[in-house]
Amino acid sequence: MTLDLVPVWTVLLGLAVFYYVVFDGFDLGVGILYGFVPNPNSRTAMMNSIAPVWDGNETWLVFGGLGLLAAFPLAFAIIIPAVYFPIVIMLLALVFRGVAFEFRFKRPALRRFWDGAFCGGSVVATFAQGIVLGTFIDGFEVNGRQFAGTSFDWVRPFPLITGLALMFGYGLLGAAWLVLKTEGDLQDWARRAGRLCLVAVMVAIVAVSIWTPATNAAIADRWFSWPDIAFLSPVPIVTALIAIGEWFALSRRHELTPFLGAVALFLMSFVGIAISIWPMIVPYHYTLWQAASSPSTQAFLLIGTLFLLPVILMYTAWSYWVFRGKVRETVGYH
Amino acid sequence: MELDPVLLSRVQWGWVIAWHILLPAFTVGLASYIAVLEGLYFFTGRELWFRMSGFWTRIFAVSFGMGVVSGVIMPFQFGTNWSRFTDATADVISPLLAYEGLMAFFLEASFLGVLLFGRRLVPPWAHFFAAAMVAFGTLLSSFWILATNSWMQTPSGYKLVDGRFEPADWLAIVFNPSFPYRLTHNVTAFYITTAFVVMGVGAWLLRRNNAPDDARMMIRMALDLLIILVPLQMVLGDQHGLNTLEHQPAKIAAIEGRYDTVQPTPLTLFGIPDDEAATMRYAIELPDLGSLVLTHSWRGTIKGLKEWPADQRPPVAPPFFAFRIMVGVGMIMLLIAATGQFLKLRGKLWDSAWFLWLLPWVAPLGFVAVIAGWIITEVGRQPWTVYGLLRTADSVSPSLTGANVALSLALYVVVYLIMFPTGIAFMAGLVRRGPQTQEPSAEAVQSGLPARPFENAARAASETRSP
Repeated sequence: MTLDLVPVWTVLLGLAVFYYVVFDGFDLGVGILYGFVPNPNSRTAMMNSIAPVWDGNETWLVFGGLGLLAAFPLAFAIIIPAVYFPIVIMLLALVFRGVAFEFRFKRPALRRFWDGAFCGGSVVATFAQGIVLGTFIDGFEVNGRQFAGTSFDWVRPFPLITGLALMFGYGLLGAAWLVLKTEGDLQDWARRAGRLCLVAVMVAIVAVSIWTPATNAAIADRWFSWPDIAFLSPVPIVTALIAIGEWFALSRRHELTPFLGAVALFLMSFVGIAISIWPMIVPYHYTLWQAASSPSTQAFLLIGTLFLLPVILMYTAWSYWVFRGKVRETVGYH
Repeated sequence: MELDPVLLSRVQWGWVIAWHILLPAFTVGLASYIAVLEGLYFFTGRELWFRMSGFWTRIFAVSFGMGVVSGVIMPFQFGTNWSRFTDATADVISPLLAYEGLMAFFLEASFLGVLLFGRRLVPPWAHFFAAAMVAFGTLLSSFWILATNSWMQTPSGYKLVDGRFEPADWLAIVFNPSFPYRLTHNVTAFYITTAFVVMGVGAWLLRRNNAPDDARMMIRMALDLLIILVPLQMVLGDQHGLNTLEHQPAKIAAIEGRYDTVQPTPLTLFGIPDDEAATMRYAIELPDLGSLVLTHSWRGTIKGLKEWPADQRPPVAPPFFAFRIMVGVGMIMLLIAATGQFLKLRGKLWDSAWFLWLLPWVAPLGFVAVIAGWIITEVGRQPWTVYGLLRTADSVSPSLTGANVALSLALYVVVYLIMFPTGIAFMAGLVRRGPQTQEPSAEAVQSGLPARPFENAARAASETRSP
């Protein structure tokens, strides 16, 4: 009798994905807002606010990818080809953005080009991630153990809407991060930008919450059948309360609360999606258990992961601690 | 013309990994070199070692950063283009790949930060320890990725269940038959590659009278390493060849350009292979030597490719020519190492302007050999992804059309042609500034953590230039 490690890997992978979405989400969000900030002098401060952490954040994308590959390879083999172009474009946008980040400071003559590349890369990568999310929720055409659609199946209204929605979502995280890390005019602007993004995010959450049960009977049944509705009704209620709190946090003099509120909103959305598709990992064909790798594979990788992951997390926490406090607009990090 | 998604996926894989492999080929050796320099500084306290270590650490940081960025692309290739391979093999190879990723990040997250910025924050022994751990980490990464590759070449420790590979014995999976040979041959190649770069940079600096003491030491150390490693590499390559003959004889036949079985087997020096006609045109052959070189016996037989059905033969031209390039580069390397050692022992090294002029030109030789070796082993494995068991044509994602892959390949080409030249130019700039620069100050730790390799290296350099 071997221990069922699927729940362990489900939690680990869920945490890795959520960690990635929140942490790379805020630095991608700062990248998106970068193109809209009225005073170009603020840009240096914006970049400095994410400079020491952004590529550490991005590494969690690799963890998420490798975790999915190792723990649920069937899901990896079906989902990734289904979103072939969003994945390719996201990866290249991230690469381009990373290079732009480094070289903005090197080649002042090309600064406008690298500025554009940094913002554009952030926008494109986020949009692509939102498309991946939307395609995932929408489900895949599957034949046997392989994706059976075409490489452009993701060109549908729902994934494109989630792509837009995620841009506002990351924008909210980015704005909240700027509220935390900056002061003065830039901080005031970030509060306004944050409120705008919040409104758009709430519109998107409501839209997705209506759209998915309306088009998918199983999801409707999950949420609206008795007694599930009694257990699950707190999810939308709590989400609404957080959104109201977030509005006030962004409007008043709170510094940390807007970021925590934005993370809480993402958490509620994450939980909502998980409830809708549970226990599927390839909606709506394969469950977590059907897509799991062999128990021996999961056990072999778990041993090292449980040793290495805490060290990585401790180091990450320490680096955020070292980098705490406000960045200044005039005295550049560079 | 019909675009073939299998062929284009192979080209795309080749494109992204060929660029990526150049970075570990350099950083694995460089990390060990830095650890040695740090050790020498720790035990002797000489400023020279300190400067050299700082200089190479700045360059290491940039190449490591580029390695991470191009490495992010790699695991997703398995899903985007090779989903049937992934479904068939993930239970066996995915933990090896995941361990590679985890350990690379573990290393970046912890010890690289200390190495780059910790000089004034940690005691000297801890700094030396961090350098040693970074070197150890790069070797661990090589260990896992080469275990994966070797398993695809010589699979073992698995059981086949409904056409999918299931793990049966992890030790047998990791330590599969070709792994020890591939690991030692590769790591030695990486060390040699780094030594040639260090030597080339040293000679370049010396000719410009930029930090001449440091430059001379770089050349001396590289020559002493090369006179051991280049001959050793030839022995290791020979052993690797014997192992390949045992487990992948068709690859050897392709390397040798041998279509017909002849006993004893001649050694083909050169020729133009023709796979259609299954014949070697314009062949220049030495009788019997093939048997001796490949089997270490005058009577040994090399099976020709015609012993295999046509659909189980690798294409001959790429491994055939790449092997001749690799061996040719090896010979040139041996010649240079021996000449340099000879000049050094005669005390004429620093007066031999022609030799110092030559060294920067031969600095990239290791990269040429690494890419050639990689082409030999990967193209020679065809038409299989898992040797003898899973065909490349059955590995590709079924949903892809040729046009899909052509488009993504074009995107990868454009972005890489921007990214890599920019990074290389940046490293060249670091070389130009030379070793006479200070460490990044402790205040860098307050703002920029390890993950800022380009920037911190640049700042460290610019701080020094301003008075």
